[in-house]
Amino acid sequence: MNSDHPDHDHHHDHTHDNAHGPHPTREDDDVVLSYGEAKFLALKGMLIEKGVLTADEIRRQHEINDLLTPHQGARMVAKAWVDPAFKARMLKDAKAAAIELGIEVTEAELMAIENTPTCHNIIVCTLCSCYPRSLLGEPPPWYVSKAYRSRAVREPRKVLREFGLSFSDQVEVRVHDSNADLRYVILPMRPQGTDALDEMELADLVSRDCLVGTALPGRNAGS
Amino acid sequence: MSPNAAPTFAPGARVRIIDLKKPGHVRTPIYVREKVGTIDHFCGAFENPEERAYGRIGGARIPLYRVRLMQRDLWPDYEGPDKDSLVLEIYDHWLQPA
Repeated sequence: MNSDHPDHDHHHDHTHDNAHGPHPTREDDDVVLSYGEAKFLALKGMLIEKGVLTADEIRRQHEINDLLTPHQGARMVAKAWVDPAFKARMLKDAKAAAIELGIEVTEAELMAIENTPTCHNIIVCTLCSCYPRSLLGEPPPWYVSKAYRSRAVREPRKVLREFGLSFSDQVEVRVHDSNADLRYVILPMRPQGTDALDEMELADLVSRDCLVGTALPGRNAGS
Repeated sequence: MSPNAAPTFAPGARVRIIDLKKPGHVRTPIYVREKVGTIDHFCGAFENPEERAYGRIGGARIPLYRVRLMQRDLWPDYEGPDKDSLVLEIYDHWLQPA
């Protein structure tokens, strides 16, 4: 399902349970529409018919959503790594820090969570698929899967191992359920041996999954 | 965020997440109900999603907190060290002092 209203994403993401995968819902699809999909199409039709929204406005919003990428989040992390004052502002108010970088933030509230040598953080939305879209774009399919949403809170270490991350018992694994009004982004630790890299090169080390907590910078980057 | 809805719980306070057994668009997941945790952070005051979801926009703002629970308290058979935890957002009316 596409996000017509990224600032209230949990209101429509419930319709993710469909057979269409990433494709837009349409009346003449080969698979039978679910109740939610039929309702979505009916509502969309009525909003257009009543002149509340135009088809063109909906198309434009889809285009904006499609353009959002994890690069904005990566850019923010790289800036925090090279600029301690920015990092402090980001940890205090991530939304203000994002706006400072010229990022158009559609979320009501953004919070940055810092990984440390003693605490690794991971984000999930168990109730639907709340996600910081203006920083990371559309969520990956695994993030909205019921498997991830239920298992990340129940057996996070096992889930992390499946992503290739293993932490000793000296490190706390802290799960953040994005269940209500805030949206979260992880501030990973800067990898060793990156002193010579500039901000843009550092941003290239930060993959989407690093910003959700299921990867570390420099590993699996660019995914 | 509204400055006038002051928090009723301070960071560090022990709280029980109650089960209001309320139908509809509630944001308190089942798996944390009747569990005890600690107030981690006051997020500000937000309109109640249980009202907003049904078009009742502009109502009172209520305090929202990040509540930290230990995984061991959530799942008795949790696989991992005692220090592992989970943080989520809970509205004031779902909390009681513990």
